[in-house]
Amino acid sequence: MALALVLVPWCFAAVIFAIRGQRARPYLVAAGTLVQAILVLIALFLPEVTAIEGWLRLDALGRLVLGTTTVLLLATAVYLPAYLEQHPTKSNRGFCTCMMAFAGVVGLMTQAYHLGLLWVGLEASTLAVAPLIYFHRTPRSLEAVWKYLLIGSVGIALALFGSFLLGYAVLHGGGHPSLLLPDLVASAPRMSRPWLHAALLVLLVGYGTKMGLAPMHTWKPDAYGEAPGVAGALLAGAVTNCAFLAVLRVHRVAVAAGEADFARRPLLALGLLSMLVAGIFTVRQKDYKRLLAYSSVEHMGILAIGIGIGGGAVFGALLHMVNNALAKGTLFLTAGNLHRAFGSKSTDQVRGAIRRVPASAALLLAGFFAITGSPPFGPFLSELTIVGAAIDRGHILVAGTFLALLAAVFVGMGATMLAVVQGNADGTDSTPPVREPVALVAPAACLLCLVLLLGLHVPEPLAALLREAAAELDAP
Amino acid sequence: MTALVDSLLILVLLLNFFSLGTTRVKALINGSAAQGVVIGFVALFSQGELTVETAVVAVSAVTLKGIVIPRLLLRALRDVRIRQNIEPFIDYVPSLLMGAVGSGLAILFANTLPLAPEHEGALLVPTSLSTVLTGFLLLTTRRKAISQVIGYLVLENGVFILGLTLVGAMPFLVELGVLLDLLVGIFVMGIMVNHIGREFSSLDTSRLAQLKEE
Amino acid sequence: MPVHQVVLHLLCLLTLPPLLVGIIVKVKALFAGRVGAPLLQPYLDLFRLYRKGTVLSRTSTWLFVASPVVAIVTMLLAGLLVPFGYPSAPLAFTGDLVLFAYLLGLARFFTLLAALDTGSAFEGMGAAREATWASLAEPALFLGLLALVRRSGSMSLSTVLDVSLDRGWGESSAVLLLVFVSLFVVFLAENCRIPFDDPNTHLELTMIHEAMVLDHSGPALGLILQGAATKLFVLGALVVHTILPMSRGSSVVGWASFLGAMIGLAVAVGVIESTMARVRMKRVASLLIAACVLAGFGVILTAR
Repeated sequence: MALALVLVPWCFAAVIFAIRGQRARPYLVAAGTLVQAILVLIALFLPEVTAIEGWLRLDALGRLVLGTTTVLLLATAVYLPAYLEQHPTKSNRGFCTCMMAFAGVVGLMTQAYHLGLLWVGLEASTLAVAPLIYFHRTPRSLEAVWKYLLIGSVGIALALFGSFLLGYAVLHGGGHPSLLLPDLVASAPRMSRPWLHAALLVLLVGYGTKMGLAPMHTWKPDAYGEAPGVAGALLAGAVTNCAFLAVLRVHRVAVAAGEADFARRPLLALGLLSMLVAGIFTVRQKDYKRLLAYSSVEHMGILAIGIGIGGGAVFGALLHMVNNALAKGTLFLTAGNLHRAFGSKSTDQVRGAIRRVPASAALLLAGFFAITGSPPFGPFLSELTIVGAAIDRGHILVAGTFLALLAAVFVGMGATMLAVVQGNADGTDSTPPVREPVALVAPAACLLCLVLLLGLHVPEPLAALLREAAAELDAP
Repeated sequence: MTALVDSLLILVLLLNFFSLGTTRVKALINGSAAQGVVIGFVALFSQGELTVETAVVAVSAVTLKGIVIPRLLLRALRDVRIRQNIEPFIDYVPSLLMGAVGSGLAILFANTLPLAPEHEGALLVPTSLSTVLTGFLLLTTRRKAISQVIGYLVLENGVFILGLTLVGAMPFLVELGVLLDLLVGIFVMGIMVNHIGREFSSLDTSRLAQLKEE
Repeated sequence: MPVHQVVLHLLCLLTLPPLLVGIIVKVKALFAGRVGAPLLQPYLDLFRLYRKGTVLSRTSTWLFVASPVVAIVTMLLAGLLVPFGYPSAPLAFTGDLVLFAYLLGLARFFTLLAALDTGSAFEGMGAAREATWASLAEPALFLGLLALVRRSGSMSLSTVLDVSLDRGWGESSAVLLLVFVSLFVVFLAENCRIPFDDPNTHLELTMIHEAMVLDHSGPALGLILQGAATKLFVLGALVVHTILPMSRGSSVVGWASFLGAMIGLAVAVGVIESTMARVRMKRVASLLIAACVLAGFGVILTAR
């Protein structure tokens, strides 16, 4: 089962790469993702199994990320055929193959129980997404993908360095170096402290780069801004979650080593800095796709803060991870629709979208409210949990800054989003509404419904999963 | 055995300086190829007893870092037909001096680190730190896209050397997976280098400056 | 040091240096696909020059005459400080390596003065360049020697260069390798070989050493050439001994390995000269700085 989650999508990817039918490929991606989703559904209800000497294991945290990502992947895969129909002249072989391969990489990442394998998975996901960003073949997207590749690769090379430092901490502590997660957790209390501290910091910087925490976020606005909406959804909802998963795996080792306090401080600092950067750059941001990128930076910051606070905030952060992924899916898919309808992503040209693409614009607006934490959507609940835990644990200052920055981002994003959706396009208001195919709207709508549902009621199986995952990450 | 490994590691350090001091892109590629080969041999000899698995890892490291990747890069270089000079942001001598000072500090710093007894006085850890540093210098001070790729490669070499201190921590398959990722990464970067060359008729990354906050 | 070894050392120092030049020339000729001059040609050249008369400019002073003599004498003295085939040199005392470095400096100083003494702009330029590169080559030489001193804990060249296996060749192979590379660069620069200077070009604007001795003729030029060859030999011996273990047993093995290594060095120089181009003036500095860096690294390694 564990291997099937990786190999089945890769087989589909190979088939997609091999066939010649330009039209058939997106449908094959949709079919492949559907098969993968069914496999994931089965896996989620199976008891925990291990494969290849314990290198692969689907634990609670892995299930959470895998489930969320699969929902997102499914939505984008449904969106894909209709999207690619809009670009019939471009070869979609690379795009479809990479997207399908990415599904398999997610399967590998979420089950990887060996830090080396985790690294291999994350690097593979970086590489699989790169061609998606460069789909439009413009100089601007070339620049974006170059920054993404270089910064991402360097960050991730640092993460490998950090993994080795962690291994060295075990070695210097007198143990046998092994990067298997259970071994690391078991030998954590005996690890050599200086090496452990160095490893934790380097790993945070490395995987934090991939997450897009400030100040390592510089690739993010460029990549998200130039990527097609589909790729943006995958980047903001799936790749970042995988990187966050890696951070959490490392955090678990830190907790087991009794260094939770040490590990939390840099997380809090980077988290607050990310929110601050997002707050500054969302104000007067004219490019609504870059705006979404900064929103992603902000939410990665929120996740880091949640883990940095600890206690009940871990539960909140995990819930927020799910919410953020789904809401980002809605936002990027609809932003892509707007971009196509107006041929621009600057508020100078894009105004009054509600009249031209009513469904997409409405969804974008709702998505904006969801992502900025307005009730009754899910992020409201998760952010409230984090703030509550922060106050409970005496981080009054953090809670205050957190709320202030949330408000700042709300105002900054709101100005742009409202202009895009409702603004008056100075007299040229007579453009008739553009036809919006259902397949381009329904996936985003479904994701938004899920976010709404999570805001109203967290289903018990999900809550149990969240509690189980949070318990591992929380120091007593 | 330690003497041999130390001599090989000194060669790695010398190649670091060579990479920082050379003016030609081709020489830079060849330098990184030589470094890959040397590191493959370090992998072979630093692991105590010789097993089939270390041999396979060493051989694949030599083939990938010493032959396949340099060929890929040389081909990318030939395809884009650019001028051969590296044109750094910081001139060769200052960057060489920076690398030297950094490497010296890395060695002195490694002396103060609490090392496992088997690595006391050995050069593995300091060389790794110094090579990572060189990689960063190349990445940040070089203008051409292709020399940045080599900076990444050198950085990766430094990480690889640190990995050699952990006998048995990285299972054989994972090690190969890392190498494969590196290969695919360089391959994708090579393609992008090609596109940059065609789109801008230059590999100067300072031309990639359209995307910024207004 | 036994008397017959001293005699052998002196014989070597006085007779072999031109042969080294001959080997280099021969290797370059073979690389270029020519037969080349016979190996002993440098001896014939020297013989020819010593038989000729001298032309002296009316404007030049005693410095002009003194400099070739100083050059050859200092080089021969320096040659007495470096061990050849026997583990010790005829002259060995604490601090002799400082004397060694400054003997090189003294020879250079007089050559510079003689070049300036001629009043020719061309030779003045050569002198300026020589001074510039020397200011970079000397630190590299000193740093390299410092590394060797720290490794061995002695201040005498004969002990410092004794790197045989039983004296810890294995433990400090890294240091020795660095010092070797650095001193080899210094060796090429000091002897004005490619990639620093092209000994074949006369009257090219780029050259250094040849530009300074253009006005010398006859026996004076002969002395200068022999001095240059001796410098090549002595510095070559220094470079070779940084990695060549000294033989403690039979002296035949010691001499054979030493002479073999010297021939190897000459061949290496020939190969480098055939395969590399002279670098631009701007880059000479960076090469020498790189040599300094390497030697400095050796020092750092010995500090561990």
